[in-house]
Amino acid sequence: MSIDQFIEGEVKSNDVVLFMKGTPQFPMCGFSGQVVQILDHLGVSYKGLNVLDSEDLRNGIKTYSKWPTIPQLYVKGEFVGGCDIIREMFQAGELQSLLKDKGVAAKAAAT
Amino acid sequence: METRARISEKLTAAFAPVRLVVQDDSHLHAGHAGSRPGGETHFSVDIVSEAFRGKSRIERHRMVNIALAEELAGGVHALAIQAAAPEDGGPARE
Repeated sequence: MSIDQFIEGEVKSNDVVLFMKGTPQFPMCGFSGQVVQILDHLGVSYKGLNVLDSEDLRNGIKTYSKWPTIPQLYVKGEFVGGCDIIREMFQAGELQSLLKDKGVAAKAAAT
Repeated sequence: METRARISEKLTAAFAPVRLVVQDDSHLHAGHAGSRPGGETHFSVDIVSEAFRGKSRIERHRMVNIALAEELAGGVHALAIQAAAPEDGGPARE
């Protein structure tokens, strides 16, 4: 299986996938940590994939998304953005709307 | 040329921004993975340009990333971006 196929499988079989440095429990980078905090705050279930575990994955996701930096958030197979975009969307309430529109359950109210 | 100046030059050439602030945040990340002695690894860009009018957030970021592809493929490890069009009133401040 190529790295592209692996990534495609992950983003298609999980509603919310975060490609990050470290794990949701132990983020190894402040930018990844910010996105983890936002998702946890919203009570969203997601799968964290640690790009530091695999050089193939680290390079593969950049090519797959045509996006040069980590973290990267996918919702229902669609690339949503990196740390700055996720934070801006969260602050504007847009991330909450997107999750709702896509039918992704979030525990916290969209405030 | 130092990296910060090169980033400024490329963004100015690409977008003729009405506002552009490029900061070298490397010192904030000293000792962190991706940092290295001498810095010039972590940057933030605050840019306002007509070029971003009508573009989505992802499109705006892609435009900046493409303009700085060489830097991102080289030593620049992290790039925080705030990109807005003038009528947005500039990027949101924290």
